[in-house]
Amino acid sequence: MILMLRRIFSLMIKEFRTLLTDKKSRMVLIVPPVAQLIVFGYAASFELNHINYVVFNEDRGVESRKLLSGFAGSDVFVRYGTIGHNAEIAPLLDTTKALMVLHIGQQFSEDLHRGRPAPLQIIIDGRNSNTAMLALNYVREIVLSFNENWTRRHGGARAPAVLMQRSWFNATLDSHWFIIVGIVALLNLVVTLEVTALSVAREREAGTFDQLLVTPMTPFEVLVGKSLPGLIIGALEGTFIITLIVLWFHVPLRGSIPALYLGLFIFLLSAIGIGLMISSLSVTQQQGLMGAFLFMVPAVILSGFATPIENMPQFVQTLTYLNPMRYFLIIVRSVFLQGASFDLLWSQYWPMLLIGLVNLSVAAVLFRKRMY
Amino acid sequence: MRGLIRKESLQIIRDPSSIGIAFFLPVMLLLLFGYGVSLDARDVAIALVVEQPGPETSSLISGFYRSEYFAPRVMFSIQQAERAMMERRVDGIVWLRSDFARQLRSGGRAPVAVIVNGVDANKARLLQGYVNGVWLQWLSRTSAELGRPLHIPIKVEQRIWYNPAVRSRNYLVPGLIAVIMTLIGAMLTSMVVAREWERGTMEALLVTPVRVKEILLGKIVPYFILGMGGMLLSVVMAIFLFHVPLRGSLAALTLASALFMLTAIAMGLLISTAAGTQFVAGQVAIVITFLPAFILSGFVFDIGSMPIGIQWVTHLVPARYFVAIVQTIFLAGDVWPIFFVNCGWLALMAAVFFVIIRKKSHKRLRI
Repeated sequence: MILMLRRIFSLMIKEFRTLLTDKKSRMVLIVPPVAQLIVFGYAASFELNHINYVVFNEDRGVESRKLLSGFAGSDVFVRYGTIGHNAEIAPLLDTTKALMVLHIGQQFSEDLHRGRPAPLQIIIDGRNSNTAMLALNYVREIVLSFNENWTRRHGGARAPAVLMQRSWFNATLDSHWFIIVGIVALLNLVVTLEVTALSVAREREAGTFDQLLVTPMTPFEVLVGKSLPGLIIGALEGTFIITLIVLWFHVPLRGSIPALYLGLFIFLLSAIGIGLMISSLSVTQQQGLMGAFLFMVPAVILSGFATPIENMPQFVQTLTYLNPMRYFLIIVRSVFLQGASFDLLWSQYWPMLLIGLVNLSVAAVLFRKRMY
Repeated sequence: MRGLIRKESLQIIRDPSSIGIAFFLPVMLLLLFGYGVSLDARDVAIALVVEQPGPETSSLISGFYRSEYFAPRVMFSIQQAERAMMERRVDGIVWLRSDFARQLRSGGRAPVAVIVNGVDANKARLLQGYVNGVWLQWLSRTSAELGRPLHIPIKVEQRIWYNPAVRSRNYLVPGLIAVIMTLIGAMLTSMVVAREWERGTMEALLVTPVRVKEILLGKIVPYFILGMGGMLLSVVMAIFLFHVPLRGSLAALTLASALFMLTAIAMGLLISTAAGTQFVAGQVAIVITFLPAFILSGFVFDIGSMPIGIQWVTHLVPARYFVAIVQTIFLAGDVWPIFFVNCGWLALMAAVFFVIIRKKSHKRLRI
């Protein structure tokens, strides 16, 4: 037993040495995750805070100017310019200089005063449909508040009912939080796969895998020895990222930290299992890298990291149950934002654990096959 | 020279994984994204809490049932709905209190509370928008029935250009082509020089009379052809499988793709030359290709809304220029200002990369 532990320990030390002695490979494990967290933390957001618009106002009345002052006073809209002809719209939108054109017709003020609905025409670049929809929502907010003011000043029927909107867990609906917290899962997956996916292929290319075969180590011991570095590096890096999210980005960590770490541990296990499986299947490092890639890209896309799983077709939704990142994303987000603890998360732990155990066993079998 | 291209091509053909990544990856990713990824929420699970059912509440509720955006569930107490939200079974709650009908009839501004789950803020925003749509329809109908028709001072009329049906697929698929091409170009080539050094075949190459330029060209040509093949496949799939309209010309698309492919390959070669070992080259390729192309290219997240420092960083991501070109060529047509500006940036990047590669390779060869 002690011998076994010692053997595992020395393999682990050796793995760490291969990863950390070379200055360049040490750098790629440490610098990019930090840089990425900072860059992506600021970049990855669906928020719009810089909507360029152009005014095409044919109305000479006061009311159109009042409406436009609503846009000028908003901090998401930036006035790019003013035009006087229909023909000027296309070049502006085509070249993405402006996202939208506010067109106010000649009759605008007159319509308003006569009590007819006055049209405000929005011509918007729909190339990015999400941006277009969000921008239109902002426009509606401004028009809604103009309408309410107008009705209050000029009389008219009040609505018999009112909508009161609230949001839980993220009162200002800041989408940064959602994405930043998700980055814990993203970067941990990347780092763990990087560490494990090439580890066997590298030995095979260098010919040292054959040397490993003649040592008294059992496949199980090799597996553990090769897993531990990934687990330790992942745990350290995870802790670091979580600390940075709380202290630098000021995202509230409302739930139970042990529940978060249990999730991280199981997630790392499953990622290591996948990495080792890829590694033992591949003969060259290039193949190992491609394999890691072929797994990682769909795993990120189908995890719910940027786009909701519920929007996917049923078949793809079923596929996502095989993706450990799906479960871990729910765990980090629930613990951070929703204040969840163990009781709400069991349904996420066990499938991830199952995936991890299956992958690790397959990796062990593959080791044995290649060893004997 | 021809021999080098032949050797490199043979190496590609004999190692099926690079052919795999060039053709299998675009197909798989486009299928996943095209069918799997959409930002348009449909069938959002919401809880409708009706404390006292009546004709007024049922007219509002049927509005939610008719809408394609919701999969409503009627509940009778707010506690039940709140628990469902904690357990992530619903994403929002619409709460009609017991005195809703009475207040509505007496003109007392009956309050309707809407609570959304803010964990996914983007989805919560869209959800609020959809609830508002159902709400406004119901409100104008109900006000008319109550004999107090609503007066709407300003009505918003929207014209959505380029993508009138607001299909997110129409911009995700062209953007995805850019992401995939970055992967293919940079990933495939990132390891080729490092591999030669690691295996010692680079030194063998050095003693032959080939020049540096020829070695590099010999590495670029096969991967360029491979990448353009993947590109063609992606474009065909985008048009015929996902029905993304191609409004611009094929010539412009080809030209931009070729330029982008060169930039991506140059990036891969640069990584490969600078890294030394395949392990480092692989890591660097993952770190500086996939994630930036995914997050910083404007493919999903709006660049204009990023902080100014990050916007500068995005200028270093070649995919950024290609995403702009491809989305425009597909959805808006040949807009020459966009085309030339972005192509100019790509050309500049490729040129800088090649100059650096030349310098780096030269030094090594003289050692």
